[in-house]
Amino acid sequence: MSKLSGAYYEIDHMNMVATRDQWVNKIHPLVKLVVTVFYIAVVVSLSKYNLSGILLMGAYPIVMFMLGEVSFKDSIRRLRIILPLVCVVGIFNPFFDRQVVFNVGSISVTSGVISMVTLMIKGILTVLASYLLIATTTIEKICYALRQLHIPAVLVTQILLTYRYISVLLKEANTIMQAYLLRAPNQKGVQFKVWGPLVGQLLLRSIDRANAVYESMMLRGYRGEFHYSNMEHCSGKDYLFLVAWIVVLLAIKYLPVFMYFNS
Amino acid sequence: MHMADALVAPAVAGTMYAASAIAAGYSIKKVHLEADPKKVPVMGVMGAFVFAAQMINFTIPGTGSSGHLCGGMLLTALLGPYAAFLTMIGVLLIQCLMFADGGLLALGCNVWNMAFYGCFLGYFLVWRPMMKKTTSRGKIIAASIIGSVVTLQLGAFSVSIETLFSGITDLPFSVFAGTMQPIHLAIGLVEGLITAAVLVFVYEARPEMLYRANVAGKREKFSFKKTLGVLAVVMLLIGGGLSLFASSHPDGLEWSIERITGSTELDAAKKSVYNTAESVQETTALLPDYQFKGSESGLGTSFSGIIGSCVVLVVCAGVCYIISTTRKKKSA
Repeated sequence: MSKLSGAYYEIDHMNMVATRDQWVNKIHPLVKLVVTVFYIAVVVSLSKYNLSGILLMGAYPIVMFMLGEVSFKDSIRRLRIILPLVCVVGIFNPFFDRQVVFNVGSISVTSGVISMVTLMIKGILTVLASYLLIATTTIEKICYALRQLHIPAVLVTQILLTYRYISVLLKEANTIMQAYLLRAPNQKGVQFKVWGPLVGQLLLRSIDRANAVYESMMLRGYRGEFHYSNMEHCSGKDYLFLVAWIVVLLAIKYLPVFMYFNS
Repeated sequence: MHMADALVAPAVAGTMYAASAIAAGYSIKKVHLEADPKKVPVMGVMGAFVFAAQMINFTIPGTGSSGHLCGGMLLTALLGPYAAFLTMIGVLLIQCLMFADGGLLALGCNVWNMAFYGCFLGYFLVWRPMMKKTTSRGKIIAASIIGSVVTLQLGAFSVSIETLFSGITDLPFSVFAGTMQPIHLAIGLVEGLITAAVLVFVYEARPEMLYRANVAGKREKFSFKKTLGVLAVVMLLIGGGLSLFASSHPDGLEWSIERITGSTELDAAKKSVYNTAESVQETTALLPDYQFKGSESGLGTSFSGIIGSCVVLVVCAGVCYIISTTRKKKSA
């Protein structure tokens, strides 16, 4: 599968997963957005030697994956982009930070090794948290949450439009690429001579499409902002979800019983 | 260049969110002032276009490897800095959510590193001054390459600074930055070439689409060789001129060795293999310590900058030629 069609199916699949009839999907998008950002902030704020604290932070994805019946296998694929970068940055810590913390048999575990492992787990947990948000909330609902946070309509509308037209343009780009590859077999990518015309054609078609979109939006009464008809306000269970996770996360971060390696 | 959540401390993420929010707020105000009702739908579709274009592999001539488009400089040349900046925010947010490329907490950093420099500095420092009087194909190519290289260098440097202030790695800053900058020099060059190719096509097909470009004048006959020649001269001037100001302080790796051993040279390893290698290097080095042999003048430093640039280019071309020839032989 080409990168373009792979991206198209990924978006389609995520949209399908996010619209399932599960209790986690029904929690208010603003609450899920706030809990996700708060969780990521708490995870990255933990000390780089706080291995026990970071391991306990795994409670959030475990609970959400199991109770929300979200596929863990799908989320693993998303680590392929971030994890190599995190590993490259963290892999040097054992070479520069050589203070021995404890010994396991004849092997000395240094603080550099602990900070490296902690960084890698942080990378995994933050990606999983973002995945849990997008696997249970559609982009439309996230945009609604952003509007409730008073993010300006211009920005939110533009994000929404970009998302809606990504599928269309991915399909169009895929068609162009297939046509090119059928005429230029055994090519790894687009040759230098056709860089401009190939992408340029896609660009011109996109602009023409944007004008058609604008005209059709105006005909349907667009006045600068989309309106959400079926969005509900936060209910009691939403507030309970929010408060419960904030309390648990703060307890893991601040209760002394969880702080072994803090320095 | 996408920063991951795990690589930023909350204080750094918050600061970068605030900086990006100020730039976004100002951009929203400016987009409103432009009072172009078509702008928002065009921004939305252009964001989707950048997303799709990023998925296309471009073969880099002579290497066999491929590059990608990021889109900051391209968008700013088509939509202007404010609309381009807002469009890039949308692209980065969707990338982070749908493909885990970046992170929610690191979004402020990524917006600053990839959208702010590309859209604002790319426009105000490069695109606008160069397109003010007349627009030509040569100017578009030069602006695209210079803009992409400069903005990606600044973005890469920001990544190093943000990582340093986040305190998550023990890798010395100079070593980290010293690795990031050359890698992004190559990425910037490829980005610039792709952007140039697309913008030249737009200039040919629909010149009115280029933002604030003066396209009323007569179009000159484009000479790609001439433009590349000018760029080569600029490279030589930069290599020769800027090396006069090259730091006499130890570089990143030397500095880190100095911290550990107390000297910039590795004297502990003066064994037979080391001595042999050193004598071979001293005999063959054309310009030891970037000087003519036995010379203390700045001319030697400058000359060595030019020679160094040429040698690197020749070595690059040679290696690429060998790789491509080997590949052709294998596939035959």
